[in-house]
Amino acid sequence: MLDVVDPGVQTLVQDLGRRGYFAIGLPPSGPMDYLSHHVANALVGNDPAAATLESVFVGPTLHFRRDTVVAVTGATVDLRIDGVSMPCWTTLPVRAGQVLTVGPALEGSRSYVAVRGGIGTPLVMGSRSTYLPSAIGGVDGRELRVDDVLPCANQFGPSPRLGYVVDGALRPSMNTRQEIRIVLGLCSYRFTDVSIEKMLSSDFSVGVEANRVGYRLSGPPLEFIDRQAPFGAGADPSNVVDLGYPVGSIQVPGGQELICLLRDGVTGGGYATIGTVIGVDIDALAQMKAPDTVRLVAVDVDEAVAARRARDRTVSEIYRSAMLS
Amino acid sequence: MTELPDGSRLSFGAEEFVFVELTEHMSLSGALRIQAITDALAELDIDGVVDICPSNASYMLRVDPDRCDPRSLREPILAQHRRFVDTTDVVLDTEILEVPIFYNDPWSTETAMRFRDRHQSRTETDLEYISRINGFESTGDFVVAHSGNPFIVTFMCFVPGNAESMQLVPDTMQLEAPKYVRPRTDTPERALGHGGAFATIYPARGAGGYQLVGRAATPVFDLAQRLPDFADDPVLARAGMIVKYRPIDQDEYEAVRTDVERGTYRYRRVPVEFGLAAFFDDPLAYNASLLDELSHA
Repeated sequence: MLDVVDPGVQTLVQDLGRRGYFAIGLPPSGPMDYLSHHVANALVGNDPAAATLESVFVGPTLHFRRDTVVAVTGATVDLRIDGVSMPCWTTLPVRAGQVLTVGPALEGSRSYVAVRGGIGTPLVMGSRSTYLPSAIGGVDGRELRVDDVLPCANQFGPSPRLGYVVDGALRPSMNTRQEIRIVLGLCSYRFTDVSIEKMLSSDFSVGVEANRVGYRLSGPPLEFIDRQAPFGAGADPSNVVDLGYPVGSIQVPGGQELICLLRDGVTGGGYATIGTVIGVDIDALAQMKAPDTVRLVAVDVDEAVAARRARDRTVSEIYRSAMLS
Repeated sequence: MTELPDGSRLSFGAEEFVFVELTEHMSLSGALRIQAITDALAELDIDGVVDICPSNASYMLRVDPDRCDPRSLREPILAQHRRFVDTTDVVLDTEILEVPIFYNDPWSTETAMRFRDRHQSRTETDLEYISRINGFESTGDFVVAHSGNPFIVTFMCFVPGNAESMQLVPDTMQLEAPKYVRPRTDTPERALGHGGAFATIYPARGAGGYQLVGRAATPVFDLAQRLPDFADDPVLARAGMIVKYRPIDQDEYEAVRTDVERGTYRYRRVPVEFGLAAFFDDPLAYNASLLDELSHA
């Protein structure tokens, strides 16, 4: 059990998210930055399905009732145990009665706190992940509050090696300028070739409306190919007959700005989509904030799959080297 | 992006989604063809396919990329498109369900009137507006048309439980309305809205842009799974379900609400086959036979 002394900013319980409910309008949720979430679990010797705590900008302050093992990954934060500075991306022991403080993010946006065994809030529709818009999962479907008491689960993996530090080369980049890879498709045929070319050769800045539902990216406006509005689509050139939105898909209402839907993105709607951010680069976006700069790069499905395999290998490698042998 | 022999466009939402758009326009027969194709794809039970999401004129498959390469789904997709090339063959195994609706209810009207600055008409209620633009003499005539023939769910989206549904009537009888000029920031839970050619019951309080014409007495989303109809699933509808709205007055509304709050309410529902060819042959007579089955449930 752990006590929430200070909740930080929008601290949410997240595990690998939900499957099988997309068709009823429920997005998968899950950690915004999968790599950091997985590595946090690896460091404390958790099963990959265990839940961690995700925060944005400022993490929580937690009081531990029992001896345990913790790790904090993701954004570079000012991390302390009983006021003493501690390293991130490291397997750390804590004693009963000690207090862990995950301070403001110095680089990046989202931090992940893993506790040995995982956070043990109830499974809702197969997952502990919090989905705020429908108040599902986590602690009563909401962000943490002062005085919440969080149960620990028993989702153990191999025993961890205390003091193990993740090699800097294996940690994600926290650059404020990133190339984000997308696979073009969906309704990309609605856009002029010139516009698609312009989208791929311009800088976009991350807007202040950047959350788990989606990120707004502002840059040059895009233009649509002229057409007679089809029945059921609506009059605006950016309207389509309501359709499904993949996680990571980019829509362009009115051609004015890009909206990239993320882990809590709405599952469908009536705006033309132009392509989809590859899974691995949703992790990268998750660590960005206003007014960081994004350059979109078109890749094929092969590269999306290869990037995912590479991330899986990194996680497996960290699991192997972090365990007590 | 590739074009299938039937003109559908197939593309990939990175490594986790396959997106197939059959047409750019909405049609009842197209939506039903999508139901048939996605039902058949679900029956194949392909390892690694974790979500199958039919929509109005398109559908999506979501895969676990560790178990299934999205590109490997091209062949099974092509096979189902060939199998259901002619939509008149389509027979859906579905059910018809009745929802009691208090049309012209005070809560939806009050909410609608708070947002007149975002609406096409400054003076009329949503119900008066939608009745007028669809050529009805009175709101009562609109209610008769809206509740007289059932709807079919074509797209579950936006929030859990939201079920965009198209009325099972010939094109000339379709009721249409624009969405609000700017969306409302509030809608009563269970309000019945109509936007474009679609009706939906708002599962929860929140923003919305459909014209508000009434309010359901019964929930369409029950996360706590308190009512018997939600025992297996917190969401009432699924794509392909046929929904009949039954107009009720305020007294019956209050009575049904009491049953819902006691946890004893049961929906009237019955499994039916929906044959597209038979429907198109004589839509209104076909609907009458569906409603007859419902009345014996």
